[in-house]
Amino acid sequence: MAQAQVPVETGVIATPAHVHEPWKWYDYFTFNIDHKVIGIQYLVLAFVFYLIGGLMAVAMRTELATADPDFISPALYNAFLTNHGTIMIFFWVVPAAIGGFGNFLVPLMVGARDMAFPKLNAIAFWLNPPAGALLLGSFFFGGAQSGWTSYPPLSAITANTAQSMWILALVLVGSSSILGSVNFLITIFFMKVPSMRWDQLPLYCWSMVATSVLALVSTPVLAAGLTLLLFDINFGTSFFKPEEGGNVVIYQHLFWFYSHPAVYLMILPIFGVMSEVIPVHARKPIFGYKAIAYSSLAICLLGLFVWVHHMFTSGTPPWMRLFFTISTLIVAVPTGVKIFSWVATLWGGKIRYTGAMLFAVGLLSMFVLGGLSGVTLGAAPFDVHVHDTYYVVAHFHYVLFGGSVFGLYAGIYHWFPKITGRMMNETWARVHFVLTFIGTNITFLPMHQLGMHGMPRRVAMYDPQFEALNKLCTFGAFVLAFSILPFLFNVIWSWSKGPKASGNPWNALTLEWTTDSPPIVENWEVLPVVTHGPYDYGMNVGLNGQVEPVEEAIAPHSS
Amino acid sequence: MKQIPAPLLTLIAGVVITLASLWLGYNHGLLPEQASEQAPLVDELFNVMMVISTALFIVVQGMIIWFMIRYRQRAGDDTDGIPVDGNLPLEALWTAIPAVLVIGIGVYSVEVFQEMGGLSPGSHPMMGHQHAAAVVAQAPSPDGQSIGGDTMPLMAMTEAEAADFDPQYGFGAGTSMMGNAPDVTVAVTGMQYAWLFNYPNSGIMTGELHIPVGKDVQLDLTAQDVIHSFWVPQFRLKQDALPGQQTGLRFRATKVGTYPVVCAELCGSYHGGMRSQVIVHTQDEYDAWLEENQVAQAETSPDVVAANLSKNSSMLPTGDFLQPYVAEMGITPEAIAHLHPPASEVDSAS
Ligand SMILES: [Cu+2]
Repeated sequence: MAQAQVPVETGVIATPAHVHEPWKWYDYFTFNIDHKVIGIQYLVLAFVFYLIGGLMAVAMRTELATADPDFISPALYNAFLTNHGTIMIFFWVVPAAIGGFGNFLVPLMVGARDMAFPKLNAIAFWLNPPAGALLLGSFFFGGAQSGWTSYPPLSAITANTAQSMWILALVLVGSSSILGSVNFLITIFFMKVPSMRWDQLPLYCWSMVATSVLALVSTPVLAAGLTLLLFDINFGTSFFKPEEGGNVVIYQHLFWFYSHPAVYLMILPIFGVMSEVIPVHARKPIFGYKAIAYSSLAICLLGLFVWVHHMFTSGTPPWMRLFFTISTLIVAVPTGVKIFSWVATLWGGKIRYTGAMLFAVGLLSMFVLGGLSGVTLGAAPFDVHVHDTYYVVAHFHYVLFGGSVFGLYAGIYHWFPKITGRMMNETWARVHFVLTFIGTNITFLPMHQLGMHGMPRRVAMYDPQFEALNKLCTFGAFVLAFSILPFLFNVIWSWSKGPKASGNPWNALTLEWTTDSPPIVENWEVLPVVTHGPYDYGMNVGLNGQVEPVEEAIAPHSS
Repeated sequence: MKQIPAPLLTLIAGVVITLASLWLGYNHGLLPEQASEQAPLVDELFNVMMVISTALFIVVQGMIIWFMIRYRQRAGDDTDGIPVDGNLPLEALWTAIPAVLVIGIGVYSVEVFQEMGGLSPGSHPMMGHQHAAAVVAQAPSPDGQSIGGDTMPLMAMTEAEAADFDPQYGFGAGTSMMGNAPDVTVAVTGMQYAWLFNYPNSGIMTGELHIPVGKDVQLDLTAQDVIHSFWVPQFRLKQDALPGQQTGLRFRATKVGTYPVVCAELCGSYHGGMRSQVIVHTQDEYDAWLEENQVAQAETSPDVVAANLSKNSSMLPTGDFLQPYVAEMGITPEAIAHLHPPASEVDSAS
């Protein structure tokens, strides 16, 4: 960190940018080392998986419209619930938020021509398609059916081939995540333009620092746990086989030591997206830059010490149940700081009702509810009642769908012009937002009550007394499924026919907006010079290295 | 609006929000009936958190909506907002308030947890046997036989074994039971996809839990094959039943009635069907039930019991909802018989 002002200049940076032909469509299907190509590859592949995972959710909700298992077989239901969770976490939110936005934005935001290790970066991406193929291919062998948590002994005795493929897929994406994290840290710490002070580093980059550290510390532990499980299944070891002296609870510790931080891997980059989107569209400096940056690091640190709150009803001694109650509750403090800071950023702004802003504010609203239910879950005595019920399903969909997915939508609406060089249609963005917002609440709000009244999660059949609320949830899920359509058409239409975007359609102050849309192959002909903070709205600063005055930039949205 | 001074308005808003939060915190209707001593403790904790959450929710959502409307871009205004980028006292305040709240909730949780018996799982000396040990379920399980895959042999627990059973995890004697031995001990075994309840003092083996109201009940939990989780929503108690480890739940039921027993840990395809019930009797009813079943089971040979189970008699907790799936679920007469077999009978059954 001390070398802040002396970036390690790679050969690429030292040479003046030569004019490179723009990439052709087929370049996006190759082993390309341009960070922007890789970012788009991540985003598009992740979105395809989002659709697949979404279809699984629709199938499950259709099944749950009635109390009997009459739509799909219970085994297939379990395969869907396992792979829905796995896909949404490891093949959608994580690769889109970290791999997609991270790769596209981090070099542009810090003023670098590429990531520190472009080849490694491409390798990290190309680990994903085979991982995805393994996961989908596992359905030929029945599909893994033990939940995304895959607790042994169940995972060791159910659908062995599919379960092994599932483990290999996860180890592949885990490796990808480790490679990516190293790359992000080195890029941010050593390739920042010299003119950018540390307190001018965009908050998305700070959140990527926290995310990468977390991924580096925790992912190897998951890989270890899964490898032991793989050995138990295929090579006759008995780490987790109780009848041979193994211990089933150890797996849960290994799993959650990674997988709780994984929750933050899914939300920290999204917090970063929020801190970028809100100031631009509210035309306000971010409120409490330092507090937001430090709270990301605090969440990263605290996030490593809360994993046992997933195990309050397991083989967990009393002192652990209490220690992890307290540590879990404390995470609410830095999270609250972020929420309050964003709300305060809205105060006194000139808020644009763009698609990006609507989803960002929608996220704020959903996350407040998800965060509050998270606090209740942190308290062990109450968690004992609702653990493994629909209350938990409601909670994590509020923070992961209402949080992470809303954030991804906000990010896509915000950076689409930069990524593709074209504007999205704002009217359809609003339709998309309204449908998604309503669908989210119809689907997930009733689940709180279902769980508290006695409906466990991960069931294909349930007590008929819960049928009415389940029908409501299923209706909401159909609304959500339908809400994808305006988005999908908007993206496809805008990408091919949308109005051309200027370099800086939102009049934003971060560095990615100082180059063309889409950026040229090595990002800038001449590297930009940072003359002001990333969020100095209303302070009459010129745009970094930009010739055109603020007023002349094209206002893209009709308002 | 303009005549009312701002501090007064804030005060009114504060009072209204407080009242609304208090009302919702105690009238949300989100919790089922309370049927154990622990239930009111948990509910009070939840209600307090609900009050706090409601207040925070109203304040934050209110601010979001208000700011979105008040500070929206007006037509033709392309200027930026007010260049305010922080306020230290304000930031300190919104760090301190949540910190105080969560520490308060944390301390309160610890207190509730202790009163529930969460700090003292384990050792519960057996005493005061009111019923003679019965004859079933004494023979050891034959080696090499397994149920539902790669599992441990299991058989009904004897009194001696029950005395040795020492749950490391779960809930033990709560504040009101400290120092006493439980009145009733039941060994509970989870298997795909049923709960089996075994009364070591009387040798009764059943698929539904019967307990007397107001008595100190100890459940000794284990699992036969995979992890299951024993949950009675009306008791607000849940504890995983782990293969190879001993866990337990201790409680006093406070209300006569029938409540669901739910498996809360994914345990295979028919996990959702792994439901049973707990019947809380008056002491007289309970004694009668005990006597009746002791006689019945003593006279019934294990294969008859098994046959009854597979025909979905009251022994198995499957109820109506699982009946069509019993065969698919794999709870075979052999599997049940294996739980308490004279060796010869198992051989003939399989
Ligand atoms: Cu079960």
